[in-house]
Amino acid sequence: MRELSLHILDIAENGIRAGADHLLIRVEESGARDRLMLSVEDNGRGIPAEKVRRIEDPFVTTRRNRRVGLGLSLLAAATRRCEGDITVEARPGTGTRVTASFRRSHIDRAPLGDMAATLAVLILGHPHIDFRYSHRVDGREFVLDTRDLKAELGGLSLGEPMVVHRVSKFIRRALEELAAGPNLSPSMEGTDA
Amino acid sequence: MPKLTVEDLKHIKAKTADAISLRLGKARATITVHMGTCGIAAGAREVMKALMGEVAAAERSDVRVLAAGCLGKCASEPNVTVAFEGSDPVVYQKMDPAKIRQVVQRHLLGGEVLNEFVLGR
Repeated sequence: MRELSLHILDIAENGIRAGADHLLIRVEESGARDRLMLSVEDNGRGIPAEKVRRIEDPFVTTRRNRRVGLGLSLLAAATRRCEGDITVEARPGTGTRVTASFRRSHIDRAPLGDMAATLAVLILGHPHIDFRYSHRVDGREFVLDTRDLKAELGGLSLGEPMVVHRVSKFIRRALEELAAGPNLSPSMEGTDA
Repeated sequence: MPKLTVEDLKHIKAKTADAISLRLGKARATITVHMGTCGIAAGAREVMKALMGEVAAAERSDVRVLAAGCLGKCASEPNVTVAFEGSDPVVYQKMDPAKIRQVVQRHLLGGEVLNEFVLGR
């Protein structure tokens, strides 16, 4: 995968196919510690213990629900190339949390990429699932929670391409401001979506 | 801290509510982007992003755009299924943003199946 946000999409889709209806996606970047951490946590049906132990083997999969397989092994390989690590905490019945870390400045670390597109695809593609995304960069934070969005949007559905298309523009702009640092105004006033 | 504010949401609501209220009702067509690991690695996210933009630009709210799992045809990803109410679904293979925009314009809006992109023909 060329972007970490594509791995996030892939792992989140796994969770949804495992029956989750709520996903927590986190990205934490620290310049001081030179780390980038991402995690995807779901409330799906989890992974049996014997599969978790062999999570990095691309030829291991639960197959019936595609909970493990090629995707996690690709993410594991990406962390290993960048002085990072992957942990998978899963118990059948309670869900799964995949956490991957990288040395942020490592030359082989893929860029985070188009996180706004990943979130738009998840929200539009699965309008009945709730997502919470939090992204921290050196103590500053962007949070998007689809439960808040649904409450504010009232009758407008997150299954509407028009609505999610506009929401994605806001997300993109907010994440650009987050990445640009504290010197820029975080205000989104005047945005014409 | 950048945040999606209530004002932003009101803006979205105002801009979309009119278009949507004109076409409230059942979805006439569903477009499913197959979003397995194979699809994502082949560009399914960019295909769905372009699809969302094209459907939004056409101001169609009778079209559902969904994500689903792998079809089992990993070599021809990204695969996209177009299903009109009451018709057999059509699976398009090896989609990219330009091709999916053609599918929206010619098949979804124009009713013409694009045989050159159809899987297994």
